[in-house]
Amino acid sequence: MSATSARPSPAAQPSGSAFILKKALISALVALVLFSLMIGVRTEAGPQGGLIYWTRFGDLAALVATVFGGSIVVELLRQWWGPVDKDSIVPKPVQSAISFAGRWLAPALLVFTFLVPVIFYNQRYILDLSILVLTYVMLGWGLNVVVGLAGLLDLGYVAFYAVGAYSYALLATNFGLSFWVCLPLAGILAAFWGVLLGFPVLRLRGDYLAIVTLAFGEIIRLVIINWQSLTGGPNGVSGIPRPTMFGIPLTPGDDGLAAKLGIEFSPTHRLVFLFYVILAMALLTNWVTIRLRRLPIGRAWEALREDEVACRALGINTTTTKLTAFATGAMFGGLAGAFFATRQGFISPESFTFQESALVLAIVVLGGMGSQLGVALAALAMIGGFELFRGLDQYRMLVFGIAMVLLMIWRPRGLIGHRAPTVFLERNQAISSDLVKEGHG
Amino acid sequence: MDYFAQQLINGLVLGSIYGLIAIGYTMVYGIVGMINFAHGDIFMIGGFIALISFLVLVSLGLTAIPLILLIVLLVSMAITALYGWTIERIAYRPLRHSFRLAPMLSAIGMSFVLTNFSQVSQGARVKPVPPIITGGYTLHEGASGFAVQLSNIQIMVVLATIVVLALFTWLVSRTRLGRDMRACEQDQTMAALLGVDVDRTISMTFVIGAALAAVAGMMYLLYYGLVDFFMGFVAGIKAFTAAVLGGIGSLPGAMLGGLSIGLIETFWSAYFSVEYKDVAAFSILIVVLIFMPTGLLGRPEVEKV
Repeated sequence: MSATSARPSPAAQPSGSAFILKKALISALVALVLFSLMIGVRTEAGPQGGLIYWTRFGDLAALVATVFGGSIVVELLRQWWGPVDKDSIVPKPVQSAISFAGRWLAPALLVFTFLVPVIFYNQRYILDLSILVLTYVMLGWGLNVVVGLAGLLDLGYVAFYAVGAYSYALLATNFGLSFWVCLPLAGILAAFWGVLLGFPVLRLRGDYLAIVTLAFGEIIRLVIINWQSLTGGPNGVSGIPRPTMFGIPLTPGDDGLAAKLGIEFSPTHRLVFLFYVILAMALLTNWVTIRLRRLPIGRAWEALREDEVACRALGINTTTTKLTAFATGAMFGGLAGAFFATRQGFISPESFTFQESALVLAIVVLGGMGSQLGVALAALAMIGGFELFRGLDQYRMLVFGIAMVLLMIWRPRGLIGHRAPTVFLERNQAISSDLVKEGHG
Repeated sequence: MDYFAQQLINGLVLGSIYGLIAIGYTMVYGIVGMINFAHGDIFMIGGFIALISFLVLVSLGLTAIPLILLIVLLVSMAITALYGWTIERIAYRPLRHSFRLAPMLSAIGMSFVLTNFSQVSQGARVKPVPPIITGGYTLHEGASGFAVQLSNIQIMVVLATIVVLALFTWLVSRTRLGRDMRACEQDQTMAALLGVDVDRTISMTFVIGAALAAVAGMMYLLYYGLVDFFMGFVAGIKAFTAAVLGGIGSLPGAMLGGLSIGLIETFWSAYFSVEYKDVAAFSILIVVLIFMPTGLLGRPEVEKV
């Protein structure tokens, strides 16, 4: 859209140690000013209520030195790698390598996932973590329908997750309905909310759509916090029943599954059961998405993503197309929410903040938007990465933010930045993601 | 009636703060066409820097309050402006020719970085300051004993907003930089061909937006007497709502939208329920975008194929 001429050509970029040093010095100077007060001075409410402060010039100096060194390293790396903007079209060997890996990676990953409870049976931590990863895989695949396929940027996806979770929690605690009855109900309710959100935003595009969905997500969260008589407000809902295997509880009692099967009870059974439940739900999401892509409605979504005006000119009903995309995505979010509620046994509005929406969106974008395998890998990388920083609890979101910025700069199209078109003339050809322009519609 | 007048005053003061933040959104949207998600957090950083510099100045032995406030204002504007410049340089400039979603996601990431940076560096607890500007006037004493108050700090917030806006309007309409900015807003390619340094102009846009957010941050600190690391998110969305309500891209619109949002929020809290004031503000955003996507003073967007 705008001037490429404004960008200096790579050849004109100066190099040499003097340039690098100058750049690093400027960076360090900027860092010094930026951090001088925020890092150099620490404020805290004192014992008498007034504010006190103390200085941390050591930290400041260390940080500025880091910026200085980091700037030199980055500049050296940049010159070593050469100009960055040469990744316009994926080269042929890389393409074939990716498609080869893609063909084998997915089944291998699936088999491995099925075997996870067998391999790691004695490691509760890994089982817990893999359930979490699968939940995000499902959320990612659900949001992928809205963002990746239909090209509608949704920043309030967590709202549907919350609707699903609260639907199950409230139905189960108030009316004693079982998980398997509530699960479809949660999905339907979330889909209903999806349509409800879809209607007003039909006319909006791009950034406006993003900000309205964000506002919608916040509204849902605020209502949950303030409607104390129904939702328990900030205290949340506790005592949510655990899922049963079609009526048979997974408890140590006489009527429990372990007693019925005649094996010794172990709390791991429930984890394994939960693992397969979420795996089945995630695979269902994936299967439905793949099937829908082959139906007219899926084709319409993809057409909508590529060009809304052309879409309308060709006689596609954009209203129903958008609404079904929202409803489908919301439904999967709701199902995942119901699962989240039953796994945790306790939910509160804190689990449904904007950060959660951003995390799922980051997974979808990192996964390359539209690629099912990419989303799964991205969820694994993101949640796994999050776990690595579990010890540094405070720094977790900081690192997440930095990672998000760096990722966007490094690979704005995600890890798997190309996708095979669903429909093609004569022969299938991978499209480099740089040639398409989702997010405009 | 007295109650109404009091709420009107409160609403206008709050609206001035929102308006100052909203200008940053609207300027950036007008020129680069992206929602600067981190702008609310820039406002928060501005508040923090004002707080810290104020503390340092007081402990250095300065006693003249007006002098302190002036220095605090300048320091926080300067440092926050540098934050704006750095963020544009690091997170947005490399993505300027990328696809539409990329800068937005980068901005969301930057917003997380700023929020958590100030949490890590300054702690999660709310930072209170004692009232710095005290006193005020009683405008009208009703029969029921309810008095309409106009405090000095409220006068100062409104005055500062007017002065800053006057300076800003002069900058945009009379100076070379303002002309460059308006040129870039209309057509970046053409502006570049005519010798406008587009990169520099966009940088300056972020710098000015951040400086205005710093003023808003300082006013917030003085008016409410506290800052915390999370205040940027909600304030940011509300200011964005204000920008949209006024018509995004339009500078007087942003101020008008800010005042409207401030008034609506105050009256909603006063007459309906405080708990749902944020819900009210967000609902307005949705309603405006549905029925009046161009806002109060915006230009209709022409759809090109």
